[in-house]
Amino acid sequence: MKILLKNGKVVSPLNKINGTFDVLIEDGEVKEIAKKIECEDCKTYDLTRMVVVPGLIDMHVHFREPGREDAEDIKSGAEAAARGGFVAVAMMPNTDPPVDDPLRVRYVVEKGKSSKVFVFPIGAFTKRREGKELTEMVLMAEEGAVGFSDDGSPVSDPLILRRGFEYLLSLDLPYLDHAEDVRLSQDGLANESAFTAKLGLRGIPWISEAAAIARDLLIAEFTGGRIHIQHVSTRRALEIIEEARTKGVRVTCEVTPHHLILDETVLDSYNTNFKMNPPLRSPADRDALVRGIKSGLIDAIASDHAPHTEDDKNVEFNAAPFGVIGLETTVPLIWDRFVSKKEISVRKFVELLSVNPAKILNLKGFGKIDKGLSANITVINPNKEIIIKGEKFASKSKNTPFEGWKLKGAPVLTIVEGEVVFEAL
Amino acid sequence: MERKHLLSIEELSRGEIEEILETSRGFIEISKRPIKKVPVLRGKTVVNLFFEPSTRTRSSFEIAAKRLSADVMNFSSSVSSVRKGETLKDTVLNLEAMKTDLIIIRHPASGAAKFLTTFCSSSVVNAGDGTHEHPTQALLDGMTVLENKGRLDGMKIVIVGDILHSRVARSDIFLFSKMGSKVVLSGPPPLIPPYFSELPVEVDYNLDRALEGADVVIMLRLQLERMHGGFFPTVREYREKYQLTPERLNRTKPDAIVMHPGPINRGIELAAEVADSGRSVILEQVEKGVAVRMAVLSLLLGGEK
Repeated sequence: MKILLKNGKVVSPLNKINGTFDVLIEDGEVKEIAKKIECEDCKTYDLTRMVVVPGLIDMHVHFREPGREDAEDIKSGAEAAARGGFVAVAMMPNTDPPVDDPLRVRYVVEKGKSSKVFVFPIGAFTKRREGKELTEMVLMAEEGAVGFSDDGSPVSDPLILRRGFEYLLSLDLPYLDHAEDVRLSQDGLANESAFTAKLGLRGIPWISEAAAIARDLLIAEFTGGRIHIQHVSTRRALEIIEEARTKGVRVTCEVTPHHLILDETVLDSYNTNFKMNPPLRSPADRDALVRGIKSGLIDAIASDHAPHTEDDKNVEFNAAPFGVIGLETTVPLIWDRFVSKKEISVRKFVELLSVNPAKILNLKGFGKIDKGLSANITVINPNKEIIIKGEKFASKSKNTPFEGWKLKGAPVLTIVEGEVVFEAL
Repeated sequence: MERKHLLSIEELSRGEIEEILETSRGFIEISKRPIKKVPVLRGKTVVNLFFEPSTRTRSSFEIAAKRLSADVMNFSSSVSSVRKGETLKDTVLNLEAMKTDLIIIRHPASGAAKFLTTFCSSSVVNAGDGTHEHPTQALLDGMTVLENKGRLDGMKIVIVGDILHSRVARSDIFLFSKMGSKVVLSGPPPLIPPYFSELPVEVDYNLDRALEGADVVIMLRLQLERMHGGFFPTVREYREKYQLTPERLNRTKPDAIVMHPGPINRGIELAAEVADSGRSVILEQVEKGVAVRMAVLSLLLGGEK
């Protein structure tokens, strides 16, 4: 099967491509990138006024398999990813049972193979995600784990963290840090502030994130380990990360679309689709996060796609689980809010959603459109207008905080290993 | 009042608060008649839906509804199928299927009353949702001050105790500040975190100083179940610094009144001599509660007449 992408604006920063080119795909690989390619037996797409970028990677998703397949399974999650313009996702290990041994990593890899996009497993950092004993990280990496995390139940014991960082040095894979001191955020439901105090929502203070990050970065500095801070949400956390980076600590970080676009002031609705952890923070925090993606302090945008069923979410605020979905909304949100408004360039968009996630997770051959590389490509129509409707999602869950939003700019073609897995031209 | 629900004081305008207080004043008289009943809500069905223990508020709403001739059903979580795992939404939908007109809800989750309005067609009255608001308590507090002082404007109201966990405090803060009173909060700092000063209040951690020139002192119940949360070291120290004693009361204006939403911990936040003194209007608050709730019910359901 040969595919010809004609007249698209191709942006691939790693090999300095930024202009209108034709891209020829053959046998799953990019065969040629040139100003004018003719091909008679190709399936040809006219991509005039469209943007062709290296396949996007969502480095933080939760698919609920095994355990809660009613909310999401690997197949439905991968379908949602394809429709959202993603060619690959990194799946967090907090399933039930958790992905904490080599066999379970293999299970995710196998399931991923029959799905529409690449599903890279993140292995648990400690057994049962209890923060007590390290998992067999080397064997798990051999089965395909691309990083390690106890996401959702952060490692509390600093000695375990130290040993884990040291152990990971042999793999050069990152520890993905859901940085939270759960004692400081105990029973919290929302950012701790005057606004949420009025609403009677128990607070999760910014120190529960920032204090955990400060400690974990010190341990990373001491051990020389690689640390990636997940879903950073506060101004102070960013300042601490920046300081560590100038000291040479090997730290990267990500932000979610909802933390970039929303803030705590939406919570007066008590809508549980605004309930997530870390919580939506203050407008000042949100502004700092936006500055962070512009300055390069923040490396990646990741959805933290966290599916929950309607029954689980449509309850009083206290009783609802944390988390919102994002695979099918991330690209339109970031495009509409930041790329269209010239807040960030297309090049920056590609770095945040493809180049850097590939670099952080050591995903070879990703983050670039180049001759001889596997053809993992996303095409975005900057002028396509959409209305976000949960009922239309491929995801099994509908818990989006952006229901009804009108946005301009959407993925229209997702190509994985030379195969079109999503098309909406 | 053009409102279907009463969920919070924060959402009310000063005009709406005045309208409720004005209407309440008319209802005080009814409870003093030998035959304490008017046909205002005849044929209406009111549900008292309580997921937390309550004596005062639940009976006050029940009596208010009955004096307005409504049919009242009481539902409390200990005897319901909630124990069998039924969700709040299903519970309410089942009650509504019996054609209710108004649901009074008390629930441990902040926002629970608002949650009901997203799916049910009855009017909803918030009788206390988590640590959010308790609007009818603030209205009866306002009524009590108005009856005793003749006005709310320019009053100095001191609220003392566990502000952080108090829905009464939140509703009182909004009501009294909207009505032109000056609100001062006092208590141990962990129970009044610094960001409370962003609300329309003053914060003074020194109770002796806060009480100077007060017209009204509202003492909150020290929630003993939170005593082990590390918010303050010991009850003894709390009592030393924040109990309203006769000596402390002397710092207020001579005609200042003492209020408390109940139930009182005698000898903890309130010295017995103060609780039982002529300055205490605690039982008057309970009395006003019935009138205020009659006003709220009739204003919310009256619109359908």
